[in-house]
Amino acid sequence: MMDTLLDVENLWVRFPTRQGVFDAVRGVSFTLGRERLGIVGESGSGKSMTGRAILRLIRSPGIVEADHIKLDGVDLLQKSEKEMREVRGERISMVMQDPKFSLNPVMTIGDQIIEAYRLHNKASKSEAWGKALEMLEAVSIRNPERVMRAYPHEMSGGMGQRIMIAMMLIPNPEILIADEPTSALDVSVQRQVLDIMDKLVKERGMGLIFISHDLNLVADFCDRVLIMYAGRIVEVCDADKLHDAQHPYTRGLLNSLPRLDAPRARLDVLSRDPEWSEAPSVSGRI
Amino acid sequence: MSMLEIEGLNVWFGRDRDRVDAVKQASFNVGAGESFGLVGESGSGKSTILRAITGLAPTWSGRIAVGGMAIGRSRPKQFYKKVQMVFQDPYASLHPRHSVDAVLGETLHLHGFNDIDARVVKLLDDVGLGQKFRFRYPHQLSGGQRQRVAIARALAPEPELLLLDEPTSALDVSVQAEILNLLADLRQEHGLTYLMVSHDLSVVGHMCDRLAVMKDGEIVEIMDVAALRAMQATHPYSQHLLQASV
Repeated sequence: MMDTLLDVENLWVRFPTRQGVFDAVRGVSFTLGRERLGIVGESGSGKSMTGRAILRLIRSPGIVEADHIKLDGVDLLQKSEKEMREVRGERISMVMQDPKFSLNPVMTIGDQIIEAYRLHNKASKSEAWGKALEMLEAVSIRNPERVMRAYPHEMSGGMGQRIMIAMMLIPNPEILIADEPTSALDVSVQRQVLDIMDKLVKERGMGLIFISHDLNLVADFCDRVLIMYAGRIVEVCDADKLHDAQHPYTRGLLNSLPRLDAPRARLDVLSRDPEWSEAPSVSGRI
Repeated sequence: MSMLEIEGLNVWFGRDRDRVDAVKQASFNVGAGESFGLVGESGSGKSTILRAITGLAPTWSGRIAVGGMAIGRSRPKQFYKKVQMVFQDPYASLHPRHSVDAVLGETLHLHGFNDIDARVVKLLDDVGLGQKFRFRYPHQLSGGQRQRVAIARALAPEPELLLLDEPTSALDVSVQAEILNLLADLRQEHGLTYLMVSHDLSVVGHMCDRLAVMKDGEIVEIMDVAALRAMQATHPYSQHLLQASV
């Protein structure tokens, strides 16, 4: 039996609006062991909100409610803001979707990595510089010397994302929440980035929550998959059995992908059934 | 007849030790009515080629000809009537405080059309949005709807060549299918020529007739899609790319 790192029970995320309360996440329950858990769904399905709610990154007026969100048996919802700051980065780390908005535009890449490194480790500037170079190489960036001197706007999206991953590798967290970490990357680099994350999960016994809209990638990379639609989990399955998924929503997503081996004149377009959002959430607990 | 000819194109940025040669000696032709794909990893210079064609990357050398006419340092107004571009990120490419009507109306006005009202209606219908979206602002639209507006804006001057810079990479798979279907329909209706950049080989395989594989600013291979589907890439890098995407 796998030990449980994270236990989420009945999570709701609500946003009051002028038109009434909008429920972004509606009663989601799941557990995370030392495994790679995928969360897939379209934009607006609540998958990113689930990730953010775990780290309590949802600011007022947004409301996070849950029976509990337990990290090693300790409820994160009971912690003060100060205690939470010790959890973020150190114990649970998050790679955000868009490197353009996650990197400081007026600091060089080198300075940012060094800042992150020295925040968690006592090290001299030159030591930190060497370490930063090493990390950029670890995420397979060519010509790291030039990248260290560069500003974020000079980086392509893929390089920016790899820099983000390099930065989050530093504190050696227990749980990594990766929110679409590779959607800005191309296939060949995607594989490398995934391999880096895979190595972390295996070697350090990390738990990984992998949020993505790319079904093939999740099927390939994760152990278990939660499929979310309109704030609820509609289906839970083993990643290698994703292609035999039963729910019409999952089937629709799979069929809308273009395929090299099966050319078609037109792609199938997903038709939505209002019943999908009415059905109760499926539990992702083990 | 060639719609677009590119010969020995070089594009660079920066100078001295920070100089980056983004595109090196790229040459290819796109026939009229053809759909041509550019694939490669990020930083391989595929978007830069599009930017050099439209004039967004001013430091280039070589020869670019559109419809048989070579392009110089400045581009005449007719050029922009012929060539239009759809950008990667529909969230960044629309003015946040201009309504759909203003975005399309301004473009039509700049290209000297008189019957703007009728054309805005037609454009919205063409991209499958319809009347009710006409006075919305970008924040009231979903990603797919925004990309439709961006496509409508590109279609406004009735171009012949459409440059598509990763038009679906910011969208969900279900929305991607809608946009790809729309682009295929528009190409048929208007007889457009596409030059499409994508890092997704299966998208290029779906949309294009021929494609060029780029690596480190160079075109390493030009092949047709039938060869791609049959996995008959000759260059080792294209083979590697193919293997990674299946």
